[in-house]
Amino acid sequence: MKIREVARLMGAEVLCGEESLDLEVTRAFAADLMSDVLAMVQEEGVLLITGTVVPQVVRVAEVMSMGAILFVRGKRPSAATVNYAAEVGIPLLATDKIMFEACGILYSRGLLPAKRKALPRENGPRD
Amino acid sequence: MAPATKALYKQVFPVKSDLESAGKVSTEVRRILRSLGVEPEVVRRAGIVCFEGEMNIALYTKGGRIILIVRDDRVELLFSDRGPGIADIDLVKQPGYSTAPDWARELGFGAGMGIPNMEANSDRFVMYSRVGVGTVIRATIFRRCHETCGGNRAPGT
Amino acid sequence: MKLAEVIERLGLEVLVPGDLERRVRWGFCSDLLSDVLAHAQEGDLWITHQRHLNVVAVAKLKGVAGVVCVRGLHPSQEVLAKARKEGVTVLASAEDAFEVAGKLYGLLSP
Repeated sequence: MKIREVARLMGAEVLCGEESLDLEVTRAFAADLMSDVLAMVQEEGVLLITGTVVPQVVRVAEVMSMGAILFVRGKRPSAATVNYAAEVGIPLLATDKIMFEACGILYSRGLLPAKRKALPRENGPRD
Repeated sequence: MAPATKALYKQVFPVKSDLESAGKVSTEVRRILRSLGVEPEVVRRAGIVCFEGEMNIALYTKGGRIILIVRDDRVELLFSDRGPGIADIDLVKQPGYSTAPDWARELGFGAGMGIPNMEANSDRFVMYSRVGVGTVIRATIFRRCHETCGGNRAPGT
Repeated sequence: MKLAEVIERLGLEVLVPGDLERRVRWGFCSDLLSDVLAHAQEGDLWITHQRHLNVVAVAKLKGVAGVVCVRGLHPSQEVLAKARKEGVTVLASAEDAFEVAGKLYGLLSP
């Protein structure tokens, strides 16, 4: 799905990355905990849906080569964080929708969940 | 574990006990590895290992440092800190075990996945700790080696 | 829709039953307890990666219909025991939050 389409469906404000809106995000992953993002996301170009706005979110996305970040629940990162994301080329979107609705709408429009990466000694049933 | 090849690149990064700048070293390490032409999958795994290690130092210790060593056949990341140290290493290797304070969880960290995730993304992972002194971790990621080779096998063996 | 029907349609695992006759109002997806405290509504089904003890307290306080622990991560026995004591429904899914939320939204949307 094109980032532009994500922004449209979410009624999102584009905080940075206007020039990248025609790029595609491959899949989506929703979490507020960065540990989960670092532990679970396997491929590049994933859309991160999060309600966490600390500067580390953009750094995690950078390290994981993610496609874009969608901030939910009306949260906005600081100007410094937006500037950093613009510098490293990660588009940031912000919507007032709650994470549940953001996931629901994008999933219903065919955006697939990120492929997961199993940890070797994961607690609980395995795939 | 004798180093197989001489270091092509080495750099020491200080890490402060400070959340604001945490993550900077990891993005820098990623940039360096990419500029050295290290394989994308190795860069990705090293980035994850580095980020988790850097967050641990920034969140839970009095500060420390990360040393990046790039060799022909592997990338090594050495993490060391000035304490407080970990009493039971087996416990912190369990997914979900966490001593994170609520404020760290509210910032999106501290789910108890850090150490297990570092180990999962390394081919070799060695950790020593002494309470009151500090913790040392050496994480090794082999190059030209598919992720599934894992474990303690060097490529081609 | 009743919680029991949501469980069946989404194929959720029941770790602590609680009140399965409750009506699920809507979904809420968050790992930040402060956001759940601020925004979740009574009767929401709470989808989260968090599994520590405070989850039960927050779930009870907000009166959510239940908690869904995603991506196959189960809370500890201590957490489950507390949920049992407080009558909080705890469910689990092997899928991640995006997928569980996506499917639940499909079920609950008019």
